[in-house]
Amino acid sequence: MSTGARKPPPQIALKIRRILGGKAGWNGVAVQFAFAAVLGWIGYEIVSNARANLENQHIAAGFGFLRNNAGFDVNQTLIPYTGSDTFLRVFVVGLLNTLVVSVVGIVFATVIGFIVALCRLSPNWLLSRVGEIYVEVIRNLPLLFQILFWYLAVLAALPNPRQSISLLGITFISNRGLVIPRPVGESGLEPFLAMLALGIVGSLALRFYARRALFRQGRMVRIWPYVLGLLFGLPLVTMLVSGLPLSFEMPQLKGFNFAGGSRIIPEFVALTVALSTYTAAFIAEIVRAGILSVHKGQMEAGSSLGLSRGATLRLIVVPQAMRVIVPPLTNQYLNLTKNSSLAVAIGYPDLVSVFAGTSLSQTGQAIEIIAMTMGIYLLISLLTSAVMSVYGWRVSRSLGA
Amino acid sequence: MKRVTLALTLALAAGLSAEAADAQTLKTVKDRGMLSCGVSQGLPGFSSPDDKGNWTGIDVDVCRAIAGAIFNDPTKVKYVPLSAKDRFTALQSGEIDVLSRNTTWTISRDTSLGANFTGVTYYDGQGFMVKKSLKVNSALELNSASVCVQTGTTTEQNLADYFKANNMKYEVIAFATNDETVKAYEAGRCDVFTTDQSGLYANRLKLAKPNDHMVLPEIISKEPLGPMVRHGDDQWFDIVKWTLFAMITAEELGVTSKNVDEKAKLENPELKRVLGSDGNFGEQLGLTKDWVVRIVKAVGNYGEVFDRNVGAGSPLAINRGLNNLWNKGGLQYAPPIR
Repeated sequence: MSTGARKPPPQIALKIRRILGGKAGWNGVAVQFAFAAVLGWIGYEIVSNARANLENQHIAAGFGFLRNNAGFDVNQTLIPYTGSDTFLRVFVVGLLNTLVVSVVGIVFATVIGFIVALCRLSPNWLLSRVGEIYVEVIRNLPLLFQILFWYLAVLAALPNPRQSISLLGITFISNRGLVIPRPVGESGLEPFLAMLALGIVGSLALRFYARRALFRQGRMVRIWPYVLGLLFGLPLVTMLVSGLPLSFEMPQLKGFNFAGGSRIIPEFVALTVALSTYTAAFIAEIVRAGILSVHKGQMEAGSSLGLSRGATLRLIVVPQAMRVIVPPLTNQYLNLTKNSSLAVAIGYPDLVSVFAGTSLSQTGQAIEIIAMTMGIYLLISLLTSAVMSVYGWRVSRSLGA
Repeated sequence: MKRVTLALTLALAAGLSAEAADAQTLKTVKDRGMLSCGVSQGLPGFSSPDDKGNWTGIDVDVCRAIAGAIFNDPTKVKYVPLSAKDRFTALQSGEIDVLSRNTTWTISRDTSLGANFTGVTYYDGQGFMVKKSLKVNSALELNSASVCVQTGTTTEQNLADYFKANNMKYEVIAFATNDETVKAYEAGRCDVFTTDQSGLYANRLKLAKPNDHMVLPEIISKEPLGPMVRHGDDQWFDIVKWTLFAMITAEELGVTSKNVDEKAKLENPELKRVLGSDGNFGEQLGLTKDWVVRIVKAVGNYGEVFDRNVGAGSPLAINRGLNNLWNKGGLQYAPPIR
């Protein structure tokens, strides 16, 4: 029998044992590996079975179709696209359309949601009732119905392009959408942008300096006149020197439609309005719950310091409420993104519509296309969650919690 | 715990290694006692339900004829309404036995979908419909127009080709279903509605004021519409193919749903062959000797089907045109039954 000191077991092996095996030790590890192997085998079976069956039925398989010519057009493209581009480009076009409607929808939903929540919490009887009615009506009606309502309501209310409503003769509203002058970059654009960037950086530096002065030395530094000068004065002077940065291409009625100018299609408007008002109703409830979760003593403390109601909310209550608000808010952002796939009902060319819809029926390659679409939605959702987690972590950290 | 995992694994393995549904569609249909037939979600003249829920139309009559040939009862059909973009997936997955849904025969659909076209029930071509108030007389005047179209159709691609070939700009708004497309056109979202010309006439009837709209004269494509079946079951392919040929042959020989019993008694060698008192062609198909009689009794001959659904006897009143028999100036032609 050896009397020497026992060697400590190797750390890595111990760690693996603890993570995988739990209380069962090495036996547990074996079970986990067996389980992983079985899962892998099942996955392999599913894939090879599907492949064999597709082969048997002579259904085309693989991702080669992505290089083929799509042959159909899309009415809203953020990148140049024509019918002779590939299915891969259709995928990107659809993805960008989904992203733009999601991002715009999330911004509006958040703003409307906060406003409605503050209305509901307001001591003003009328405001709080209006907020309550908004939430109860909007969140209790099916979203698809609301999308169709906005689409058909928008379309029915608007005239055809030949009788479009003109705003100052440069912007036109009709049932083809909103047509605005399109900005075209001129020679003055680059110096203008450079000066604007310089102004923004300068302002941020000033703000940093002012905050330091406040926290370190208790001095209030008045910076807003300098910020104004940097943000507006500097670019204005540049414009005087190097000429206008932009010119505008005016929309003109030609034949059936407007030629020139940029256009926002009514499908986009209807979808954004429906998604953001609907999600806002849920966000309002989340924000209200978050604010109510902050003890009312905080509010009283704020007013006893002489802060206005708005300042108390902004400086004391909302930062604490954010801790409660952020996780369910993330859920609502994810819901909004996923709900944007209802676009197909009103002909908005989102990812599901142009890729999982049109491209699928043109190529018949359901498995590949659905897998790609699911994968990209998963990726968008995971990225959104990750960003929101980081934000939530920063909020908690700044409160010292 | 281990035993449970093992049992689960075995069960999954058994489930997965079972082969895909075997190819005997006829047997499956007979066992089920019903033909499962994929149709449109409502296109008058081709497949649409009436106010009592009974389906009618040319495409529906193809289903009824197949059911008639198999069961001697044309009502034994389960209709599965499908959007343009879901139709092929439904056929591939085995949800339906035959797709009879105004589907254009193209090489890519015939080769890459794992399915085959069995024939042409209706020779069509793509056209345009506009409001009369636009004062447009030709499709070539449609530069910069907005066009409503149903997504996942050959129409969508022909549209892109046509405007590109003629150097015209346009805006496309694509909807998932026919009804959504028509509704958007009616709401003024677009100037033009495009689909197969028969579909234009059919959809015009759905509009509030059909006479305010006109179909432009141009036909910009070939759209041979026909039924589809899955690859890998030649017997079933033959049955669906010859059901249509039987309807055309019956019209050629003047056999109608009214006189089929008398014709069957005549001593004409061709009639005897076709109507089953001579030879056993029906049995070779896996059906009965009197298969043509059953089909004609179920739906009538091709001419009767055409007239009742889209032709003179229907609100659509479409001319026979290309769909007339080959010996009357059209394209409908059936190989001989002998």
